Formats: sequence, structure tokens, C-alpha cells
Amino acid sequence: MGDVILRAERINKDFGGVPVLKDVDLEVRRGEILGIIGENGAGKSTLMKILSGIYQPSSGRVLVNGEPARIGSPIEARRLGLSLVPQEFNLIRDLPVYDNVFLGAELLTRAGLLDKEAMKARTRELLAQLSVTIDPEARIEAMSAAEKQMVEICKALAFSARVLIMDEPTTMLTKVEIEVLFGLVRKLRAEGMTVIYISHKLKEVKALCDRVVVLRDGEIVHDGPAEGLSVLEMAQRMVGRELGSIFPPKSEPGAEIVFEARGVTVPGSFEDVSFELRKGEILGFAGLVGAGRTEVAEAVLGLRKRTAGEFYKDGKLLRIEEPADAVAAGISYLSEDRQGSGIVTGFSVAQNVTLVSLGDYCRSALRLIDRKRERERVQGYVDSFRIKTESLSKRLENLSGGNQQKVSLAKSIDTEPEVLIVDEPTRGVDVSAKHEIYVFIGELARKGISCVFISSELEEIIGMCNRVVVMRDGKVAGVLEGDGIDEERIMFYATGAHEEVAS
Amino acid sequence: MSLSPSLKKLDLEKYGSLLALGVLFVLASIVGRPYFLRPENLINVMRQASYTGIIALSMTFVIISGGIDLSVGSLAAFVASCGVLFMNLLVKATGGNETLAIAGGVAVMMGLGLCCGALNGLLITLGKIVPFIVTLGTMSIFRYLSLQMANAGEFASHSQRFGEFGMAKLFAFKAGESSISLPVPVAVLLALAFILSFVLTRTRYGRYLCAVGSNARVAQYSAVRVGRVRFWAYAINGLVIGISAALLAARFNTVSTPNFGLSFEMDAIAAVIIGGTAMAGGRGSVWGTVIGVFMLQIIQNMLNMAGLSPYLQGVVKGVVIIGSVYIQRQKQ
Repeated sequence: MGDVILRAERINKDFGGVPVLKDVDLEVRRGEILGIIGENGAGKSTLMKILSGIYQPSSGRVLVNGEPARIGSPIEARRLGLSLVPQEFNLIRDLPVYDNVFLGAELLTRAGLLDKEAMKARTRELLAQLSVTIDPEARIEAMSAAEKQMVEICKALAFSARVLIMDEPTTMLTKVEIEVLFGLVRKLRAEGMTVIYISHKLKEVKALCDRVVVLRDGEIVHDGPAEGLSVLEMAQRMVGRELGSIFPPKSEPGAEIVFEARGVTVPGSFEDVSFELRKGEILGFAGLVGAGRTEVAEAVLGLRKRTAGEFYKDGKLLRIEEPADAVAAGISYLSEDRQGSGIVTGFSVAQNVTLVSLGDYCRSALRLIDRKRERERVQGYVDSFRIKTESLSKRLENLSGGNQQKVSLAKSIDTEPEVLIVDEPTRGVDVSAKHEIYVFIGELARKGISCVFISSELEEIIGMCNRVVVMRDGKVAGVLEGDGIDEERIMFYATGAHEEVAS
Repeated sequence: MSLSPSLKKLDLEKYGSLLALGVLFVLASIVGRPYFLRPENLINVMRQASYTGIIALSMTFVIISGGIDLSVGSLAAFVASCGVLFMNLLVKATGGNETLAIAGGVAVMMGLGLCCGALNGLLITLGKIVPFIVTLGTMSIFRYLSLQMANAGEFASHSQRFGEFGMAKLFAFKAGESSISLPVPVAVLLALAFILSFVLTRTRYGRYLCAVGSNARVAQYSAVRVGRVRFWAYAINGLVIGISAALLAARFNTVSTPNFGLSFEMDAIAAVIIGGTAMAGGRGSVWGTVIGVFMLQIIQNMLNMAGLSPYLQGVVKGVVIIGSVYIQRQKQ
């Protein structure tokens, strides 16, 4: 083990009198990968924001290389060799890679102008060091999430970071991309870099990290080597209680076909996609990011124009031109992009839940919103989903990610749909909220609601679904059922290995 | 007017602007001593505020939807010109039936206002051109159409009663030496504020308007017909401009095409912003706009009484707009 490069001593932080971190002591050693886990609101992000200069601690101090350091801003943090790769990338879409890498610290020529050639060359060097093939002159907007992440890491390296803090780095990545990232992180460790790795995905933490620190309610409740600590033990330490199986038992779907897609094509996104959905069935959609799963859901909703194919509900042809048609046909969608298309952050809990179903609350002669009924129904969701909010009129921007997601789910089922499409329903959500969401979806299926379950987390696809459609490059690559649903078979189709076997 | 229950619902942000209005009122009473507090002056302040004030109400809708309408002043001039021309035609055709002529003229102004607002709305939603550009264009189109029609002159109304209507008052009574009354445009302003506030806070359309302005993508994914919601914000705005144009044309009983409604867009937008509506859209308050309208007018009245030149008054107005938004920002 290397020497201590970064030490936090008795760090306290409170927001408006509410303590978020309580006497946190943390040592980070040179050349280790330190995993930090904890539920949403446990204080992980706050701690990292203190280390990267975004927040100041209420009390306590930080030592870098044994010297007390005042980290007043992200720029000072970078100067001290601490770099944060944020969950939401801080890249400017319209600028090329090299401009992003050197943003705020541009290399200049002697005349004081931008030295583009030097920046390009240095970026190329850094990218080569990471062994990734990205053109330094490519624009960010055309890049995948994985490539953007590489640019972020490259940015950290450009400032000769010695400690790299990665916040939920794999949420947007596919399994293959995650492997590439892990390889890279291990390579950086071999070169003496320290990586602080924050994640909800315990399996990944187990696979990657040397040491694991568990935060609960602002305190460190566990600090020890990853070896010998099982994923279940990590989860138990995070929530502070015993955990049963995270997935509810699967229920038996009915025989009747509720919804069917036949030969649907959306040019540029996917082609000739057909599937059928039975009553009370949970039908998984697996595949790599970009395989076209979300696009299929958006086509069902009428958000994407199809050039071929039809949708049938209970055997009848549907006319879906816009989302309102889909809602009228009893189809509802939970978006993968919570902030971007799922919830209105400036709206209250109640206003969000009733946004799609608002027509049902306007039944009086004057068509006014029945606010009493609205409050009653929404209170029902808050109780049954255990949404943590002080009041129904609290704005969503003040709720945690897990609670926002529950509101988003409540919104999708308040229309009383017969077909519910959930897209990455547990993205960025902690273990206990995940468990609750799985249970709700399981209950809906048991009540006879048919569910399309799109997810990049194979574990939940395997744990939740009766059948699984695996997509690859905009086509249905295979359909798995019952005991045939396992990680290997899904990856076999998702990665295109089946095509090689066939040829 | 049931102002108080609606005001109770306003959150702290808007109580702030109410407080500012109160402070301003006290200040104006001191600076403008003794004239400011006389009923005639206060009634006049309210009347002067109401023409742009009425437009500011529906501008609130447009801004909440995430848009802007720069064409309101020109549109007012255009519909007033057409309306007065039509009214004069009717006076002639009916052999002097002024009631019918006025009704016809006002109906044309409202109808044409609705159509022109709808045109803005269509260009924005179906044409997919940003509101700023569309209404910048129509601002020019409507103004110069009016100037062309009148050869840059004015259209005088041939109905005397239209002018009387413009000066009409409700509930007039004498209190000692001064007479107290409610001018028609002020009554219209308050009635429209009540209706639009109700639409904004209690109906599906109002909720959708906020959703579209706050995040159009979320609204679209939530099965809200985003285009339709935005379209109606501009169409309603057009209709309300028609109402304001009719009241203003009646006030002078003539429409002077170069000046009618000039820079109304600026005053209306300023009132909306001072009233606490977010320029980026998504949330706002109609009663807040009413407060903003009165604040601007009281400032002008006060500065008039203090003998400040009209040019410096404009400077003060600009400072107030920026200052009020700055204070609102600090509170968040």
C-alpha cells in the first residue's frame, strides 16, 4: 500500500442546520482504488464535492500529502491534483474534444492567441495514453456517453491529476464499455494514480475496488478491504438491516395477447421490430445502449414517426400519431431520462403526478381541476410508494433522485394504463428505492397490467422478466423465455455473437 | 372584486412585490404631496395603466409558455385602424345607428386581434420559427400596414358615442368635492385579471401552459399537445389586444397610426417581469402582473409630479426593471 495522499479529518457539513456529514475521517492512499458506497442522501456526493472544492466543510480539514489544504474552488482542487469526473458531464457540446480538454486552461501562443496545434497534439497524446481512439477534433455532440467519459478523464489527466474522483461513472455505459473503463482505471492505478470510485452498483465496486468505505446517514459505518466483503454484506451495511432477495417473485402471465407490434420500422433507429405482450406479463427489452430499445418505446408512444408496421391492442389496430393517442389507448411510458423528459422539476409533487391524467380531474361542469381529488389521489401514491416529501406542494427539484423516480412512476400509472412501458426504471436510484420499485412493478403485473421493461442492468432484467427481447443494432436479435433468460444468452444476442455463429 | 382571496394564495415571492407596491405608494404620496392622493389622480393613474395593463395580462400567458410577443403594440394599431374604418362604414350604412356600429367595430377589433394572434401562433408552432423572430416580423408588418392604410395619418371615428364610451365610468358618485368612479378600462383590466388568473391556476390549460414553459419535452412525453397549448397563448393574447385596442381607440376617438400602441410591448413585458413571472417561462402570476402594471404607472406619475423630465423618467423605469429582477433573483 502506498502512502497517504489525501486525508480528511473530522469533516462536518450541514445545510441549513441539517447535518449531512458527521465527523467523517477518511484516508486515501497513493495508487489505490477506493470505492465509496451508500444510499442516496448518505452524503457521498457531499463528501466528494468538499474534496473537489465545490463545497466548503462546516468544520474539519483536508490534508493533501500531509499538508493542510484549503480547497476553495474546483480550480484550486485541480491545482492540488484532485479532479472530479462528474455524473453529469461538464462538456460543451459544440466544441471539439481538445477545446473541452483545455477549457479554462487553454494553451496560448506567444502572441496570446489559442495554440490549437499544441492543444490538439497534447490531447492526442493523452488519448493515446488512455488507449482510446477518439479524434481530438471531433465534436462532443456526436459522441456516445462512453466517449464523453473518456474526454472527461482526459481532461483530468491534462491537469496532471493524482486523485481521480469518479461519481457514478457507469450509469450511462453498456457492459462492454464498463469493461473498457475498468481496464483503464486499473491501468491508471498501475501508473500510481489514486481513484475514488462512487457507485450504486455494488457488483462493480466489488470487482474493481481495493478498499470499500460505506457511508450511512453522513457517517462512515464501514472501512475495509473489498476482498472478503460480499455484495450482500455491502448492501446490508448501506441500509443497516438484513436484506431479502431484492426482486419480488415472478407471477404467471395470462395467455391473452394485450399488445402487439408488427414489423415496425423507424428509419435511422430500428427496423422490422415485432413483439407481443401478454396480460400481466413483464417483457424485458435488453441490449446495448444504442440498440434501439428506447426508440421502440418512443415509436409506440407516437413520439417517432414510423414508416412501416402497426400496433395492435386487444387485437384491434391502433392509430397512434401522438402521445395523447397512446394514453387514450391505455399505454403509458416511464421515461429513461428523468430530468429531460420525465418530470417537471419546477412543478410540485401533485402537479407532476397528475400531469398526464389531468383530464380525469376536470370532470365538473366548468372543467376546473378538482384539487381536493388531486390531493387525495396523490397522497395515496405518497403513502403507498413511501415518497419522502414534506408536502404535496414541494417542488420536485428539492426531492432526491429516488423519490423523483417514484413520482415519475406514480405519474405513469395514474392514467390507469393496461400497458406500462418502463425505461431504465431504477437508473440513479439507491438499493432500497430500487427494491420498492421492483415490488411495485411486480404488483402491477400481478394485477394484470402488462409491462415492457427496458433496462441495461441485466440483473434486473433477469430478476423481473417473464420473457426478454434482446435487441442489437435496431433489430430484434432474439427472444428468451423462462429459464432460458440468463446473462450469457442475453449477451450472446446483444453483442452479435449469434450472427458469427450463424455465418 | 375579490382581490384578497386570490392574493392569499400568492407565495412569498409575490408578497414581496405587493410590499414593494405599498412602499412605492407611500413614497409617491410623500413626493407627490398633495396631488398624488387625490381621487382624481389615483383614478387617472389606474386608467392610464389599464391599456398596456390589459395586454400585460395575456402577455403573462405568452411568457409563461416560454415565448414572447413583440408585436402587441403594432397589432393594437392595426386592429384599431381596421375596427374604426369598419365602424365608420357601419355608421354610414345603418344611417347613424351608432350602437350597432360600435358593437360591430369592437367585434371586428376583437375578432381580428384573435386572428392576428393566431397567425403568430401558427407561425411559431407549425412554422417552427422562434417567437422572438416571428413577432419581430409581425411587429413590423402590422405597424407598416397601418401606416400604409392611413398614409401615416390617423383614422378619426365618425361616432361621437364611441368617444363617450371611451371616457365612461362605472359607479360614479360624489364624495365631498371630489368624484369617485371606476373607469371602464380599469374595470375591464380587473375583470380580465380575475378570469385569466382563474384559468392559469384552476384549469387544465393553465397547468399545461406552465408545464410547456417549464419543460416542453417533459410536457410532450406527458401527452400534452404542446403546439396547441402554445398556439392558444398567442391567440388569447391577440383577442385581449383587440379589447385593449378598442378601449384605447375609444379614449381618443381616433387612431393615430404612427403612435397608437407604440412601445406597448416593452411596457407589457416590463410589467410581467416586475410581477415576478420568470422570463424563461414555466411559472408566473397574473395578479403579480397587475401589481407590476400599477408600480410602473405610479413611478411615472410620481416622477411627473416631482418635475423630472420624461427622458429621465425612462431612465428610472429601466433601473426599476433591472432592479426588481435582481431583487427577485437574490430571494431565490
